[in-house]
Amino acid sequence: MWVDVDLEAVGVRGLNERLHAISAGVTDARWRIRNPHGLHNIAVGADSPVSLLIEGHVGYYCAGMNKLANITVAGHAGVGLAENMMSGVVRVQGNASSSAGATGRGGLLVIEGDASSRCGISMKGIDIVVGGSVGHMSAFMAQAGRLIVCGDAGPGLGDSIYEAEIFVRGSADDLGADCIVKEMSREQREGLVSLLQRAGFDHDPSDFRLYGSARNLYNFHIDNAASY
Amino acid sequence: MCGIVGLFLKDESLQSELGSLVESMLSEMGDRGPDSAGFAIYRDPVDEGEVKITLSSPEDDYAWDDLAASMESDLTVSVRLETYWNHAVLAVRGDERAVLDWLRSQRPEVRVTSAGTDIEIFKEQGTPEEVSDRFGLAEFQGSHALGHTRMATESAVTTEHSHPFSTGRDLCLVHNGSLSNHNRLRRKLERHGITFETDNDSEVAAGFFTMKLSQGLDLEEALKDGLEELDGFYTFAIGTKDGFAVLRDSFACKPAVLAETDRWVAMASEYRALDHLPGASQARIWEPEPAVVYTWSRA
Repeated sequence: MWVDVDLEAVGVRGLNERLHAISAGVTDARWRIRNPHGLHNIAVGADSPVSLLIEGHVGYYCAGMNKLANITVAGHAGVGLAENMMSGVVRVQGNASSSAGATGRGGLLVIEGDASSRCGISMKGIDIVVGGSVGHMSAFMAQAGRLIVCGDAGPGLGDSIYEAEIFVRGSADDLGADCIVKEMSREQREGLVSLLQRAGFDHDPSDFRLYGSARNLYNFHIDNAASY
Repeated sequence: MCGIVGLFLKDESLQSELGSLVESMLSEMGDRGPDSAGFAIYRDPVDEGEVKITLSSPEDDYAWDDLAASMESDLTVSVRLETYWNHAVLAVRGDERAVLDWLRSQRPEVRVTSAGTDIEIFKEQGTPEEVSDRFGLAEFQGSHALGHTRMATESAVTTEHSHPFSTGRDLCLVHNGSLSNHNRLRRKLERHGITFETDNDSEVAAGFFTMKLSQGLDLEEALKDGLEELDGFYTFAIGTKDGFAVLRDSFACKPAVLAETDRWVAMASEYRALDHLPGASQARIWEPEPAVVYTWSRA
């Protein structure tokens, strides 16, 4: 049973306040959000396993800091989608603008279309699956988690990457500093298969290459440990 | 920050709604730029042998009739005059250079915001709602328009520092970003005869494209040269007599969204400024790629 929420009537703050007021333990709430009109900060700070279907395009920072909630955007998303997400699932059926999944700590972010520049910048444990391509400087300083790109990756992929894993099915011709092609272990391949399945893509995992850190930058040298 | 918008109509039946559509686009971008606002409208081309000049005065009740009468008698030209708040649009049958020289020497208190056959530029301090309202933007008809809401970062909040900027016939530019090599480039352009009204970086970009177009390049070629020579952050929207273009720098730090239907092409800093356009929900919507020139023209 879906509950209809009209953003024109309640406003973004009204929606977010209702979202924050859901008591812990509620698991079956399902809300359909109408008239998003590209507004910013829609469904930010959810912290219960509610399901949200947003019917239209959203502006900046949609689903930021998401915890436990399952949020679907039936449209495109603006800058900073699911920024600092903790857990749950965020799915965008269209494209996402820059910095999608930035600094995310956990959960699954699925972008069925393309993601723009800086996708997964400074990601810290989130899993991101992009059905199309990602723009320049994606996974910049990515620390943990996985970024799966079913299309191509733009210039500067994985610049200054730490321990995150990047899987790209298409071309990734311009890698950032210290980002290299790596051998894919059996565990990594199983992880890729599982994530593709959860995201709803049936690509052959052997079409993907793995990219990660060469660990040659200054901060990886043990002699410099005292500087941190 | 700053917000920019542009709307280029393909369907002539929408021309009567151009002003009201652009007014809504601008007001949506008020959060990005509350200091000043402005817009350029392309409409009502003047007759052969006439030039259209838009003027701005610091006074609300400037004696425009007196200016027009003096110009007619001094230069033996004929002038048609329409006034909008503290701006006036003159259609002058006479030599454009003589008219501009006369204004500079006889009426130095008045600024020329645009010159050409189609373009009219209106800009003033205030929120986009206030500015649109005072100029009566909602009533304007036309073929295409650009608009800007300014949050000043690199130069003062004044009318003359407001966008759009025009430095050449029927050309205008709105800019979100900041240029870092504008002082050196301004000196270089001045040596080529381009004149500037302010110390603003965006006006230098407008001057750069004016020079390139005057050298015979088309809009796309001029913009490609801009990628080489303009250093800094920018999303530009550019209008010409019958064209419209969008360009982002290669880092693409400054936002932009494009949308297109059979009836129109529109750009804005954020999608919410486009959401109310007719048929927006069915539009093709995309983010312009870094360092890629997008142009449309009526030719």
